[in-house]
Amino acid sequence: MCSGTFFLIYRIGWQKMKKPVVVFENYEYKYRSQKKPTLQEINLTIYEGERVIIVGASGSGKSTLAHCINGLNPFSYPGVQKGSLKLFGQEVSQLGIFGVSKYVGTVLQDTDGQFIGMTVLEDIAFAMENDRVNQEEMKVRTFREAEKVHLTDKLEAAPHDLSGGQKQRVSLAGVLVNKVPLLLFDEPLANLDPATGKEAMVLIEEIQRNTNTTVIIIEHRLEDALDQGADRIVLMEEGRIKADCTPQQLFCTNLLQKAGIREPLFLTALTYAGINLQEEMGLANIRELTLKEREKEQVCRWFYEKEEISCNKKSTPLLEVNKLCFGYEEGKNALSEISFTIAQGEMVALVGQNGAGKSTLAKLLCGFERQQKGEIYWKGKDISDFGIKKRAGYIGYVMQNPNQMISKPMVWEEVSFALELAEREPSYIKEKTEEILKVCGLYQFRNWPVSALSYGQKKRVTIASVLVQDPEMIILDEPTAGQDYGHYTEIMEFLVSLNQRGITILMITHDMHLMLEYTKRCLVCAKGRLIGDTSPSLLFVDDKLLEEANLKETSLFGLAKLCDLPPKEFIDRFIEKDSKIRKQMIRQEKLYSERKESAR
Amino acid sequence: MKKNSQLSIKSIVAIGIGAALFFVLGRFVSIPSPVPNTTINIQYGILGIFSVIYGPLVGAVSGLIGHILIDLSWGSPWWSWIIASAVYGAVVGFSQKKLNIENGVFGGKEILLFNLFQISGHIISWIVIAPVLDILIYSEPVEKLFAQGLTAAIANSISTAIVGTILLIAYAKTRISEGSLDKED
Amino acid sequence: MTAILSYIKKDSLIHKMAGTTKFFFFLLWSIAAMITYDTRVLVGMFFCGCILFKLAGLKWKEVRFALVFMFVLMTINLVGIYIFAPEQGVVIYGSRQVIAKLFWHYTVTIEQLFYLFNFFMKYMAVIPIALLFILTTNPSEFAASLNQIGVSYRISYSVAIALRYIPDIQRDYREISQSAQARGVELGKEAKLRKRLKNSAAILFPLVLSSIERIETIANAMELRGFGKYKKRTWIMRKKMEKRDYAAIAFGVVILGISLYMIFHNEGRFYNPF
Repeated sequence: MCSGTFFLIYRIGWQKMKKPVVVFENYEYKYRSQKKPTLQEINLTIYEGERVIIVGASGSGKSTLAHCINGLNPFSYPGVQKGSLKLFGQEVSQLGIFGVSKYVGTVLQDTDGQFIGMTVLEDIAFAMENDRVNQEEMKVRTFREAEKVHLTDKLEAAPHDLSGGQKQRVSLAGVLVNKVPLLLFDEPLANLDPATGKEAMVLIEEIQRNTNTTVIIIEHRLEDALDQGADRIVLMEEGRIKADCTPQQLFCTNLLQKAGIREPLFLTALTYAGINLQEEMGLANIRELTLKEREKEQVCRWFYEKEEISCNKKSTPLLEVNKLCFGYEEGKNALSEISFTIAQGEMVALVGQNGAGKSTLAKLLCGFERQQKGEIYWKGKDISDFGIKKRAGYIGYVMQNPNQMISKPMVWEEVSFALELAEREPSYIKEKTEEILKVCGLYQFRNWPVSALSYGQKKRVTIASVLVQDPEMIILDEPTAGQDYGHYTEIMEFLVSLNQRGITILMITHDMHLMLEYTKRCLVCAKGRLIGDTSPSLLFVDDKLLEEANLKETSLFGLAKLCDLPPKEFIDRFIEKDSKIRKQMIRQEKLYSERKESAR
Repeated sequence: MKKNSQLSIKSIVAIGIGAALFFVLGRFVSIPSPVPNTTINIQYGILGIFSVIYGPLVGAVSGLIGHILIDLSWGSPWWSWIIASAVYGAVVGFSQKKLNIENGVFGGKEILLFNLFQISGHIISWIVIAPVLDILIYSEPVEKLFAQGLTAAIANSISTAIVGTILLIAYAKTRISEGSLDKED
Repeated sequence: MTAILSYIKKDSLIHKMAGTTKFFFFLLWSIAAMITYDTRVLVGMFFCGCILFKLAGLKWKEVRFALVFMFVLMTINLVGIYIFAPEQGVVIYGSRQVIAKLFWHYTVTIEQLFYLFNFFMKYMAVIPIALLFILTTNPSEFAASLNQIGVSYRISYSVAIALRYIPDIQRDYREISQSAQARGVELGKEAKLRKRLKNSAAILFPLVLSSIERIETIANAMELRGFGKYKKRTWIMRKKMEKRDYAAIAFGVVILGISLYMIFHNEGRFYNPF
């Protein structure tokens, strides 16, 4: 392929200018507990000052790659390596984990786990304390780093007084104090709301620009990670590097789709419009995108091809919430005057920034907390005073982290647990559990330990364990957070199938793609108030609402503007086309897998 | 690369988290017992599990720190019982090598062994260590201490036998490797 | 949520002192009170403690629930001692002056009352200083203080981790138990005891698993940031020892000295007025 030659030329040119900081040569890594190597034939060079994004589905080896760079492999997770891995010219195996930590600063995904100090001050100083820096110098340097991440007024704050974004900035400051030349981010966006995620990317860019630090970001929210651009994207698949090139080059291929990684939405839209993606179009992010008149016309033509969208039939109200008020502390309202109605069979997204009161609202609906004012009606009946157990027969709640919900080690025990507790007849328990396991596609695994299941399957187990109580509505907290596109689709399509069976679904989410693709309606929260009740496409054209809720406009909006099309309708057109294509794909996949099954 | 003479970082963190769990369960979670105005201490079940997973040192020190924190949060430490908690953690921890929970087997023999260790742990702590220290420090009457210790030992042994055993069985099942499983239709 | 004693930020002389001093002083004081049973020393210590408590600008109402709790505990203890050993005081002091006869072998003697009073004072002598230590020491200083008085920094740091993650674990427990309750897990009086315990395991299982996961993450984070690199480490929250700190420690040593001296003087731990 001609593009291959191009990569080569490009890389030789680059090498002359820059100093290599990370060099993998024929590298292979095998964990002690695994039979097969997790990484194979890795050849990768990262140069000083570069920003590289590493993408790949879960299990592709991208985390292992990261652990090799920061020294956790092999020093914390023993394993055997072949080939060579050099950091700043030194072999990692010679450096030891503390040697590596002089060069590499890692910011983990779990900001609570990384926040070790009792206050911001202590956490930023942690690495210096370990280096035996004297107190005076520590204080000066801590303050300086806090300034870089805009946290000087929070030095004495404890972690639970900080937002997710602030905690992440503390982590960043905590590795910056060591003046490391290489920063490694492990899924920095997974737990952040869209606007905070954008701020994080801007901050990373700012730090990199000022200090010439090399930055490696592992992330599958590619569109958001590319907000500030990137020099290169490394695509991992099954332990090998599938592509190593600029974002523009990568987007011209279909490698991302093959690997199960989602490309930025505006690129998908351009593909739908039948436009051939070319490198020189500026594909890395929507701000850089340039289209020729001809291409714009093509987008317009595609837009006007739109089919009539079938109108939503009005159905009966299921849940009515009237002027709900709640505060954890007296005088401080976590929620005030929340009113809305959800109709039977709807699939609704609940969005807004961290701490806006979304989870609190969910807890009130499920009876975990008791509202101070207001009423909740279920099919017109007042259920405001129903306790937690009684509520579960109407509304089920699925927590974000499945590990926090799973009370029993085995799948069958876990799913039937609520029925066992309610002391239903054994025949009913058996029948019901079997039915729900089949609905959730878990019947084959009924005698497995839950711990042997994948994340998506675990999620289904938690949903199943709630469904046995026959709720007509379920609330899910971040059903897909931190999941790759494959798992995301698996979980979401499963929810769609439940929805088609008549179960009403309310999802708390930060994922704008999810909201756009899977819901027709969204409730928008900010500072304990419900500030919007609208459709996703209308939300994305409402600047004021987006800003208030700390959300971010989608790149589709930018594309519509570029082509002078009405943004709301353009987004609608995209959703319509996208859901159609997805349905086709799923049908094909099903056919394919059925054929495979019968061939056996 | 790990230095053997020193505590590994994982053990240090396990001590801290174990102590925090001990504290939260001991301070905020009250399960009413049949005797009026008393509650059951489920924290000894959790401490037992930490001892089995991480060994005697982690068990002892998390018991020590956790119990000190509970006492301090009420106002004043009662040292003899604090030390008894630490001894309990250590005694149960000596079963770590014999049980080897990480290989995923926790059947009849292991259940018996675990309960043998936890019951002896409670007996040593509440019927030997705590009363002896109370006599030394407070010159309390032997009869009262013995009655007190016996009640504590029995109540804690029962709660550990139920909670600890259930949790260890469940924990062992999470260690089963995927290779040994088949889908069933 | 249950009331809980913790650091109250104020600006007194005692608040300004190093955590190490307060911790060490508290230990000396506790040992002194543990050793002696001399009424005069215990009463003296109690009053000294109260003066220091006032000096720190603390108010009794800030610790009211703790005091109530301790008095209840103490009463149960005193009643317990009396029920099991009504003659303990007689054995200790070697004389028997009966004030009143109750029933069976229960009598009230001056010696027994005096013994119970001493037992009570032994506890009371420590309380003001314990409260002082808890309420005036910033928890961020705990670990540094432990390390300074000779505990290895690794063990010291596990104390810091415990304090850091208590709120997180509390929140986890709350959320896990709410979702378990929605599935019908019952911990209250409605369920039978055995069931209650079994049910609690359904909450504890996810709590233990998520805690083990957390241990892994924290250990990695610490290792990546160089924890354990050297034999020693510094602490940003350590306060410098000043003259007043040494004076306070000296005072503690003196109290301990008096307590020890009185053992020789009394030829035993007890002060016997009879």
